[in-house]
Amino acid sequence: MIEYAIHYAYVAISLGLLFNLWRLFAGPSTTDRVLAVDTMVINVIALIIVYGIQTGSTMYFEAALLLAMFGFVSTVAYCKFILRGNIIE
Amino acid sequence: MAWFNELLVSALIVIGASFALVGSWGLVRLPDLMSRLHAPTKATTLGVGGALVASMVYFLAGNGTLSVHELLITLFLFLTAPLTAHFLAKAWMHSQRPGDLPQPAQRGWSTFDAGEAEREAASDQPRPPPLSDACGSSASPPPASPSSP
Repeated sequence: MIEYAIHYAYVAISLGLLFNLWRLFAGPSTTDRVLAVDTMVINVIALIIVYGIQTGSTMYFEAALLLAMFGFVSTVAYCKFILRGNIIE
Repeated sequence: MAWFNELLVSALIVIGASFALVGSWGLVRLPDLMSRLHAPTKATTLGVGGALVASMVYFLAGNGTLSVHELLITLFLFLTAPLTAHFLAKAWMHSQRPGDLPQPAQRGWSTFDAGEAEREAASDQPRPPPLSDACGSSASPPPASPSSP
């Protein structure tokens, strides 16, 4: 049963990634694109966790945690760049 | 009991993946950015949250030990999701023209107040010295006065 659920999760999250990619290319403003990248990072974290369940290994949580931190820092840096034209003043 | 664990993990994975899909679909579907900011909040809270609780239950049933990594990721994501949404909204508001935003009832948007206060303070006082001069002398430079010796 878990195998079917994991395959459904792969399909659903990949479809979500495609939607995010569409918003990344079509988004009218720069902020839309940053939001799309942020959502893509969140979806990839979910994908990594589901893959960790499938392989039965706890090694992937470190990768998910690192990706969560990188996603937050990069989103804040992008927003700061849009706001001020500079990241570290 | 193993059957119940399997059912619980499968249900949590399906719920999480469905909410991630709904959040991403909302990012495509909703009309403007302020509405679109709601969509990743769903993806974070229920999508990743469902997958993390599923993996916690799975490894608790498989190994018999409670792993805390999932709780760390959940805590981090739940802390940072409102921050990124607020920062994105602020960046979007500052990139709009002043007439495009709806006017609040009592007073203006508070995110524009700091800029106005800075501009008023800058117009009242003379310009402070550049930062490169102040860095070498002391850690906290005194405020600039027009009659300095």
